[in-house]
Amino acid sequence: MKKSLTLTVALLIYLPYLAADDNERVTPVRNEQYKEECGSCHFAYQPSLLPSRSWQRLMTQLEDHFGENAELEANTQKTLTDYLISRSANSSRDKLATKMMRRLAKNKIPLRITEMPYLKHEHDKIPDKMVTQNTEVKSLSYCDKCHTQAESGSYLEKDIRIPGYGQWEEKAEREESEKDDD
Amino acid sequence: MNKYLMICGMMLLPLAYSHSVLATAAVDELLAEYRSAGATEFSVEAGNTLWLQEFQDAQSGKMRQCATCHTDNLRNPGKHARTGKPIEPLATSVNPKSLTDIKKIRKWLKRNCKWTIGRECTPQEKGNVLTFIQTQ
Repeated sequence: MKKSLTLTVALLIYLPYLAADDNERVTPVRNEQYKEECGSCHFAYQPSLLPSRSWQRLMTQLEDHFGENAELEANTQKTLTDYLISRSANSSRDKLATKMMRRLAKNKIPLRITEMPYLKHEHDKIPDKMVTQNTEVKSLSYCDKCHTQAESGSYLEKDIRIPGYGQWEEKAEREESEKDDD
Repeated sequence: MNKYLMICGMMLLPLAYSHSVLATAAVDELLAEYRSAGATEFSVEAGNTLWLQEFQDAQSGKMRQCATCHTDNLRNPGKHARTGKPIEPLATSVNPKSLTDIKKIRKWLKRNCKWTIGRECTPQEKGNVLTFIQTQ
């Protein structure tokens, strides 16, 4: 009896954290073809990080993929487009994807995940010295440089390690920047 | 001792042999294809020259060559020029998987010729480069 009570209490305390975890997690990539074709040049971004309309457009202009040639054979291109669309931000049930969609204007078709307003908002307090001026990071595009468990779909704060700076806690960093101001 | 080494060597021989055969199967098929498209004798030297040749990118103005990503030693791992993602060595002597998948060879030759030279490579150029890589 006592044991089950302890368990219930523990669960009640822990539950909000579990729910919060869910908010910063997306379904990981399990498609081997996608991993091979897209992941050999860059981090294999989870499809639920962009809406269908973005993937659709991106996949039709692979000859100029942000300045790189990423051409695919027609049938591979079709298979991967179908995969991305069926698991995109607006097709997925990932809570993080829902949140990202909510912040995105209906008439916008971002081609970069870093153009998603939710993502911009989530990263706006991180100083440049840790990202763009950090030679080991360079850009927010390289998710897995700091989100150590990004491949498994976790973007949780506890899994963040910024190269040269370590763990990231929004609160601690704010205090530090206030100190800098003094 | 010498005898022991010799036996070991003999045991390893089929392994080395099978690798090179695997590598050539895909390349042989492509070389035959290039020949029927008009290419003539393939040359390691010409492949090596093309490998090291620098081309200016029309958009960025930056110089590009195969070695930009693959380094000038094909036995070393390379690095994607933009994202920094590691690239496995192309030399079949250190990477037995290299040059074994015909689809992969086609895809990367197409993309990378366009990136490096600004156009697709001719069948002759592709054959030269593959012949060169095989010797590394």
